[in-house]
Amino acid sequence: MIDDKLNNKQIEDVSKFFAPENKKRNVETPDGQIIEVNPLTDYFSEARPKVHEPNSSKVVEKFLNWARAESLWVLGFGTGCGSIEIPPLLTPRFDAFRFGVQMRPTPRQSNVIIISGYLAVKTLKRVIRSYEQMQNPKYVLALGSCTINGGMYYDSYNTINRLDKYIPVDVYVAGCMPRPEALLAGFMKLKELIKAGKAENANKYVENFDEYKANQKKIINDWNMPDYNW
Amino acid sequence: MKNLIERLHIKYSLTDIVNQRDNFVYLTIRKENAIDLVTYLKDYEGFSHFVLLSCVDWIEEGKFQLSYFLNQPNKKFDITIRTMIDRENAEMQSAHHLWKHIETYQRELREMYGINFPGSPRIEENFILEGWDEIPPMRREFDTKKYSEKTFFPREGRITYDPATYMKDKLYPNAPITAKVNKKDE
Repeated sequence: MIDDKLNNKQIEDVSKFFAPENKKRNVETPDGQIIEVNPLTDYFSEARPKVHEPNSSKVVEKFLNWARAESLWVLGFGTGCGSIEIPPLLTPRFDAFRFGVQMRPTPRQSNVIIISGYLAVKTLKRVIRSYEQMQNPKYVLALGSCTINGGMYYDSYNTINRLDKYIPVDVYVAGCMPRPEALLAGFMKLKELIKAGKAENANKYVENFDEYKANQKKIINDWNMPDYNW
Repeated sequence: MKNLIERLHIKYSLTDIVNQRDNFVYLTIRKENAIDLVTYLKDYEGFSHFVLLSCVDWIEEGKFQLSYFLNQPNKKFDITIRTMIDRENAEMQSAHHLWKHIETYQRELREMYGINFPGSPRIEENFILEGWDEIPPMRREFDTKKYSEKTFFPREGRITYDPATYMKDKLYPNAPITAKVNKKDE
């Protein structure tokens, strides 16, 4: 049966649709181009990711790598039980600030993502979105045995077994759960790799993009986002 | 509280009563009367706190067992109402009108066990598993290890040791297998 009367929410939706600020209009961009904008649709770029090229001068690249290693800004994203190990890092006892490690609330401001423990398929979708929105050069630190081989959840229907099939991992910290000291050791190892110019896994993600996407889409059944979110 | 249980027994003809503790009792009732009993306890006996709704899969009997945990905060008394429903086309009367948060439990049960609660709000929406197309995973016929091996990428070389023999080999490799018993101790 079709109800002739609209409920309040539907009336709100319809009036929103006809509101003057939501109509299609032509807008002039800063460089003088005129483009049509429809405020009721989502816009995203369909461009594929690009390889982050190193600087042509080796000396400059070495200096940049040193600078990158000294400012690791971590995305505040907790998955699983390991997210409990991260807050003590920022206390005076472990004091991650002395290594240049600090937490950031948004992927746009951070260059390290810590996958802290088991990863459900639902969370993996959010991790991929966050990871792809981060700025290059970016690094992944995988915490706990769950990210290595599934850990104690190896036979679960909803948690992944190997993280490196879905996003590239730079440093693994084994343990169940690793203590904050182990996490600090992981950061030291990551710094070593960056300074040696070996933490190039974000480029690996770009080069094997189709393979990673195939793996991700194999388990994420309701893929309702663009292929590359940035 | 004995008084209350007796009254309930007369009113609703309970099929089973288990006194777990002094202040905690399991009542089993037929499916048709379960929500009636929950409503009665809420409205007339002061069981104002709904603790949780859980489900057990009795695959051998072909039944699901639903448990409604209720709490009476003033008298510090708990009652759990259990009811058995058929496993085939599992369906139960919705209780979301009594407490708002029951609808979340019902969404979860719908997703994990495939039990339908007609009329419950947002019952069709995904709860945790997004885009799940297998049989509901908490049903006991679902082989979770097989599914995991098929879907995810198991890492090679995973070995399981027996903890007792492994620790003995690691720590005391030369010790005899069975412990010697001193004759004096006997």
